[in-house]
Amino acid sequence: MSSHIVTPVRTYVVIFVSLLVLTAVTYLVATQDFGAMNTPIALAVALLKASLVVIYFMGVRYNTPLTKVVVIAGFFWLFILFGLTLNDYLTRGWLGVPGR
Amino acid sequence: MDQQLEASTLGMWVFLVTEIMFFGGMFMAYILYRILYPEAWVLGSHHLNVSLGALNTGVLICSSLTMALAVRSAQVSSRKGQIVNLVLTILLGSTFLVVKYFEYKEKFEHHLVPGPHFDMSLPQAAQQQLFFSIYFMLTGIHAAHMIVGIVLMFVILVMAMRNRFSSAYYTPVEISGLYWHFVDIVWIFLFPLLYLLGAHLGAHGG
Repeated sequence: MSSHIVTPVRTYVVIFVSLLVLTAVTYLVATQDFGAMNTPIALAVALLKASLVVIYFMGVRYNTPLTKVVVIAGFFWLFILFGLTLNDYLTRGWLGVPGR
Repeated sequence: MDQQLEASTLGMWVFLVTEIMFFGGMFMAYILYRILYPEAWVLGSHHLNVSLGALNTGVLICSSLTMALAVRSAQVSSRKGQIVNLVLTILLGSTFLVVKYFEYKEKFEHHLVPGPHFDMSLPQAAQQQLFFSIYFMLTGIHAAHMIVGIVLMFVILVMAMRNRFSSAYYTPVEISGLYWHFVDIVWIFLFPLLYLLGAHLGAHGG
């Protein structure tokens, strides 16, 4: 019955330490001035941390393909939300409005 | 049994996707107003306590580890392992909320809570007020999720004490774990976006 793959404790500890190190990286990067790149770097590190949690702690790597598709689709829809909203707000000033 | 676990996991993920979209809407508000008022966002961020934010990030990462180990203990039918790790998770989650309480208290004392008592002598006060509205909305709803998570962990703890879980059946532990990790992920994004966004521009909190 119990044919599940049990992740060794060591894997969890390695991911845990990586998450702490990446938190320190986020902090150190934030205190340096990279101009416009500060936020993209912070987001890239956050995305990496979130991916580690999803793949290892939440064990998505052992889930069925259907669950994986749902997980990816969830984040994909989030980017559609961000993308289409910004597509509106960031382009409003591009064209003149007649009568204004 | 395997199929039941798979179905439950899928169902939980569908719920978590709705949670992603729920928090996504608030993150959208954050992005939009940050683009409109970049200076006010940096000024507002400087009022937040980076040390406490970093501490809470560490606390949540620790709690995610203990949660993962609790699920693992259930998978290997260790009652003791489940109890120890679930208690640790509850304690770490509570620590997070206590630190959050002191942070909120500081904001009240410094008149940084949006409303009639907001310190309007600050530069760009109206826009900073907006930053703090979004700060309290995001962190407040995140904290509410933490409280729900802690209650959930108590339920799982009682079930674990009654020997309800083993390698043959541990679905509730697994499902609650997914929720707990999700709340951790939200904070992973909140910490750099709220606390660290202006740290390189010479922080002087107040």
